[in-house]
Amino acid sequence: MSSEAIVQSTPVRPALALRLLLAAVVAALLVALPFAAKAFGLESFTGLATQVVIYAIAAMSLNLILGYGGMVSFGHAAFFGVGAYAAGILYFHFADRSAFLGLIPGTDSLLIAVLAAMLVSGLVAAIIGAFSLRTGGVQFIMITLAFAQMLFFLFVSLETYGGDDGLIMRRREVLPFIDTRDAVTFYYLCLAAAALWLMLTACIVRSRFGFVLNGMRQNEQRMAAMGYAPYPYKLVAFIIAGMGAGLAGALMANYLRFASPDMLHWTKSGELMMMVILGGAGTLFGPLLGAAALVLLEAFLTAQTENWQLPLGIILLVIVLFSHGGLVALIRRFVPDKS
Amino acid sequence: MLVLEQILNGIQFGIALFLMSAGLTLIFGIMGVINLTHGSLYMVGAYAAALVAAKTGSALLALLAGLAGAAVAGIVIELVVIRRLYARDHLDQVLATFALILIINQSATMLFGRQPLFVQMPPALARSVTLLPGLVYPLYRLVVIAVGLLVALGLALLINHTRIGMLVRAGATSREMVRALGVDIRLLYTLIFGLGALLAGLAGAMAGPILAVQVGMGEQILILAFVVVVIGGVGSIRGAFYGALLAGLIDTLLRAFLPGLLRQVMAGSNADALGAGLSSMGVYLLMAIVLLVRPKGLFVKQS
Amino acid sequence: MTAPLLDVQGLSKRFGGLTATDAVDLALPAGELHALIGPNGAGKTTLINQLVGALAHDAGSIRLAGADIGHLSVWQRVHRGLARTFQITQLLPDFTPLDTVMLAVQARHGHSYRFFADARRNRTIREEAAHYLDQVGLSGRANARVGDLAQGERKQLELAAALAVKPRLLLLDEPMAGLGSAESQQMIAQLAALKGQVTMLIVEHDMEAVFTLADRVSVLVYGKIIAQGSVEDIKANEDVRVAYLGEGDV
Repeated sequence: MSSEAIVQSTPVRPALALRLLLAAVVAALLVALPFAAKAFGLESFTGLATQVVIYAIAAMSLNLILGYGGMVSFGHAAFFGVGAYAAGILYFHFADRSAFLGLIPGTDSLLIAVLAAMLVSGLVAAIIGAFSLRTGGVQFIMITLAFAQMLFFLFVSLETYGGDDGLIMRRREVLPFIDTRDAVTFYYLCLAAAALWLMLTACIVRSRFGFVLNGMRQNEQRMAAMGYAPYPYKLVAFIIAGMGAGLAGALMANYLRFASPDMLHWTKSGELMMMVILGGAGTLFGPLLGAAALVLLEAFLTAQTENWQLPLGIILLVIVLFSHGGLVALIRRFVPDKS
Repeated sequence: MLVLEQILNGIQFGIALFLMSAGLTLIFGIMGVINLTHGSLYMVGAYAAALVAAKTGSALLALLAGLAGAAVAGIVIELVVIRRLYARDHLDQVLATFALILIINQSATMLFGRQPLFVQMPPALARSVTLLPGLVYPLYRLVVIAVGLLVALGLALLINHTRIGMLVRAGATSREMVRALGVDIRLLYTLIFGLGALLAGLAGAMAGPILAVQVGMGEQILILAFVVVVIGGVGSIRGAFYGALLAGLIDTLLRAFLPGLLRQVMAGSNADALGAGLSSMGVYLLMAIVLLVRPKGLFVKQS
Repeated sequence: MTAPLLDVQGLSKRFGGLTATDAVDLALPAGELHALIGPNGAGKTTLINQLVGALAHDAGSIRLAGADIGHLSVWQRVHRGLARTFQITQLLPDFTPLDTVMLAVQARHGHSYRFFADARRNRTIREEAAHYLDQVGLSGRANARVGDLAQGERKQLELAAALAVKPRLLLLDEPMAGLGSAESQQMIAQLAALKGQVTMLIVEHDMEAVFTLADRVSVLVYGKIIAQGSVEDIKANEDVRVAYLGEGDV
């Protein structure tokens, strides 16, 4: 084959249409879900689906660094929690008619809260990433975990914002023309946010930046030998991921009308990692599937027994030990994506 | 005198951290495995000791039970789960041991309930001694410090003067080298893991009379032990020792004195809460500073 | 006389008690193909690693085209025109050879902080990458998975990725190691074709390759250069025979 021929031949994907169809079906199901829930008298299912969609955003953001960038961050819940608190604190000062640090007035605008949450989470991710990415491997795992734990203690100690007990929001934050208090509307709002984040991720991983990031995961030494400095690329990815988790956190705080230190707890970081692995790390739809699987499994188990963590632990252990590639790999057995 | 007392408390906490992080750092260094269940082994040691102490009243039997319980639990975990993880990446190790923590913690809750157990001080040690005029200190805590120092000494001898120690030192720099030496790696790994479990069990058993024995106690100290390993440097026992003492002292002293200092500038209850929070953060800030200056830890050669 | 392209003076590196590189002086004029030979453990790969910046040196200086590059990081030296291949191939197993070389081309073009357009669809970069694959004879495998490549193909890909950097100086760490004789001949032919276009420093045990390709040869023993000269000089040198060739199979 001549060099001209290589350039001409675009990668052939016979199953592409099938995969697009699958994605369309999933999207249609997600859109139709509240109506189906209503028809079957299972309105509470919409709430569960809202949680799935919000966790999917957090898991997708983690997947960018974990799945595509190969950075095993064990502190991702920190950004989720910071986002939640950013939204909660803004609402607190709005209700309290006071100002954060005496400077920043509160707001009950969901849009501003979400943007602020992403900004603050991104900033925190920049700081934590700047330190943690100086190392790699086992140290990176421990350091990200430790920094998340540090923020956990910080929020526990903030008595003004509820300390240990967390911060209750009396109402959801609002948007013009949209009734965020309506469960179905709020679900669609979160679904739209998740779709946007999915599209953003899809762009990033195919872009020049994502190309480099994917290379970093596979072999940093090779990337350096081709002229790429690992640190700045990884840091930028870490910040984007932090912003995604912040977005999810702000939405979750509004969904629950509650932000608490539990959202930054290390077990939450573990759950987010589980979602990514369960669905399939380094795949676009994996985190969505993983979030759905874990949230639904937990909901099912908690309904069965008080000691739900025991079966959950056993199921997760078996999956980690004996599965490779998660749910997406399982689906690909039936819908292959390579010729 | 209050300061001296708190310094002793800090050393005692540092000793507990050292016992935990010594095992962790060995397991990382030699086996390249990140093991989150190390905290669970600490909890197993604490529960085993607490239950036997309550049944028999013998502190010695309680200590032995703590050691044996943690060692058995450690070896079972190694044989059933960890062994399958040596060839896997860190991510699988984290997730598998994370799942194990869920299993172990829930099992402990089902067996022993959510109420914390309180352990009687061994009668022979349940008194205080006067160290200096004005400095009265609980004998039990002094014994804990002494035991920890003895263990540290023993580990130093083990690492520097035995064949196993030679393998450990070699393994911390190059795992391939140890493989190349034709050592029975499986046995070495199980031994190291057992040793780590034993140290965690010792820490847990000795913690019983000082802390409440409850589910979740393991993870609290586990994360601090991680910090110590990062500060000291992965694979370095010496680093774990000094790192643990440093972390123990800083954590204890901040907790003891920071709220008081804050109360000078703000209202009492707020100062207490903020002081507690900030002192919990102190160790992590120390870690951040160490990372800035020496990214691989204080006691590991930087390349 | 013009300054040499690579000018190394007094380069030294110690690991604890072991002297890995002992006051190495090495000057390569532009266009030369210089071979670095020596017994196993002589410190050849250590020297390469110091030249590219993967290992810091304790003393001495490294100049590329007159500029001191001794304090620069690996990737900065790449942008100054220093490329390398690895003795044990360091590749990106999940990518295709085309992807790999495209990344190398992309690094040279800059602009990697772009988050939207599909990188693999960039026609300019694709065509350029395809050209380098063609040059090393790997076009037929352009869309295979790198993890599935044979050893010889990996070595070719290493070379293509290095060439895609458009280096002024190319450091080749045992490009023939692990190759069959047909593959070796192919690699020798490719390097011979490059001779004169790119300055090369080649570490190699295959003496046939060294004596065929090299303009000049340096012999490294225990971190020290004990002899330097033309192929004929080296073949005739008594010290080299004793220290190296005598115990080998040449």
